[in-house]
Amino acid sequence: MYSLPDLVPALPELWLAVAGMALLMVGVFSGNRSTHLLIWLSVVAIGSALILVLYVSPQSSNSITFSDMFIADRFAGFSKCLVLIGSALALVLSIGYLKTERIERFEYPVLLVLATLGMLMMVSANDLIALYLGLELQSLALYVLAAFRRESLRSTEAGLKYFVLGALSSGMLLYGCSLIYGFTGSTNFTAIASSIVASPTVGVGLIIGLVFVISGLAFKVSAVPFHMWTPDVYEGAPTPITAFFAIAPKIAALALFLRILVGPFLELAGDWQQVIIVISVASMLLGSLAAIWQTNIKRLMAYSSIGHMGYALIGLSAGTVEGVRGVLVYLVIYLAMNVGAFSVVLCMRRDGESVENIEDLSGLSQTNPMLALAMGVFMFSLAGVPPLAGFFAKFYVFMAAINSGLYVVAIIGVLASVIGAFYYVRIVKIMYFDEPRETFEKPIRRELSVTMAVAGVFSLFFFLYPGPIINQAQYAALSLFP
Amino acid sequence: MDDFLLEYLPILIFLLISLGMGVAILAGSFLVARQKPDSEKLSAYECGFAPFDDTRKQFDVRFYLVALLFIIFDLEVAFLFPWAVSLGSIGIFGFWSMIVFLAILTIGFIYEWRKGALEWE
Repeated sequence: MYSLPDLVPALPELWLAVAGMALLMVGVFSGNRSTHLLIWLSVVAIGSALILVLYVSPQSSNSITFSDMFIADRFAGFSKCLVLIGSALALVLSIGYLKTERIERFEYPVLLVLATLGMLMMVSANDLIALYLGLELQSLALYVLAAFRRESLRSTEAGLKYFVLGALSSGMLLYGCSLIYGFTGSTNFTAIASSIVASPTVGVGLIIGLVFVISGLAFKVSAVPFHMWTPDVYEGAPTPITAFFAIAPKIAALALFLRILVGPFLELAGDWQQVIIVISVASMLLGSLAAIWQTNIKRLMAYSSIGHMGYALIGLSAGTVEGVRGVLVYLVIYLAMNVGAFSVVLCMRRDGESVENIEDLSGLSQTNPMLALAMGVFMFSLAGVPPLAGFFAKFYVFMAAINSGLYVVAIIGVLASVIGAFYYVRIVKIMYFDEPRETFEKPIRRELSVTMAVAGVFSLFFFLYPGPIINQAQYAALSLFP
Repeated sequence: MDDFLLEYLPILIFLLISLGMGVAILAGSFLVARQKPDSEKLSAYECGFAPFDDTRKQFDVRFYLVALLFIIFDLEVAFLFPWAVSLGSIGIFGFWSMIVFLAILTIGFIYEWRKGALEWE
């Protein structure tokens, strides 16, 4: 007989699932005119989930439930907070965009809530099956969101491309999972870990399975050589969805990366380290070099996010508590910088149309000095100029790499960020030194100026009081290691 | 480790043999048979009479929608049978799992109904 499992650790997910379905019912009975209300209700639902995460997040021991398939530790708590904040901000950014583009359909916030639910389940997975279920729930909702402007050719192309490549990556991930299951005899992370520790030699099959899983996950974080979809999808998707893509799924997939490699496969660190180093170096270099020739700001942000995932993976390649802490701090700062930069991109509107070319920013310092200042802060921060937040993000991962003896990786990282600084600073140059163009639409929507201001203040003044975030990241990283 | 892989050897041999058989049969019929194609032989075969239409017709997308909706409820039944048979041994958790699953499906059903996915015209 099976008794009811302990539901308390999964309260945020349960709440979000119920809320998502309730919102769907509200939407379908009141039609598209309720979209505005539903967006705010979704923000409230996600905010309450955040409170629940903080409430159930254990202070000392980990709570495992649903036949060991679901784990709620401090690492999950930390990552879930980031994912939820990212999703809520993406919803807030969407309000004006949906209205002006006339795509106010009530499915939008519901899909976003369901995608968030999938991400929470990914982060809390303690089993290959649970991992896959969370990943698919997230991905399926995201495919639809990418194609949400269904009259637009580019948007539908983005959705289709994302779907086909996403399905391919899920296939690789599943194949890897099946190999791991075959060679260790379990899908449970704890059982996999003990099976690896117990066996005297490590099978080639297990390594192949692990490499397939890494490839599938690298697709989701868009690390080179699995990055091809990113620029096209970022360009084609509706801009607030691009912002969402750049933030929440990346955080969730990277957290899953940490969970799976540092959790059950810590014993094989020597093997996966090589793979992670290669994809991390390749992502950093490609992110910096390919972005130089971009003329579209959304494509530029796509390459920027590829590069940033490369930097974050350095922390993982170190394979230490310090490295994991570095990745988590990186994700916090990455979240803030991207929310800010995309708020500025959403303000780029002329004559009722969104404009997306970098050239359109020319002379912004004269037509709209505050917007130019904000964009300047985010660009310098993304480039990693001290004392802005982006510098500290890189600092912690590079330090972790050096302390584990990965000098070459750290040096390549520094070089790549110097190259990358070129295209970020070029945007600042275009805004401040080029001939002004026609001004963007004014006034800027209030929610955009609020997100911009908060993200800007965070990026500017992170260095004054980094303690609480670093400490929380440290606890989260510690809970991941056995 | 090697013993482990050796257990999979029959599968590998089977794969190679089936691949070889397939290639041999196709290549054999291509090389050995006498080929005298004419337009009648090359046209699509349609139950003995001359084809009166092109096979590439437009096909209403609504058929796919109905098929998809059907699959969902078909699957539901496929889950319900083993559940009903083993209800005695899976206890309260098993019972409520299925009820929650059915409730979620019902919400999906209400959605598709209200969206008009079940109306043909």
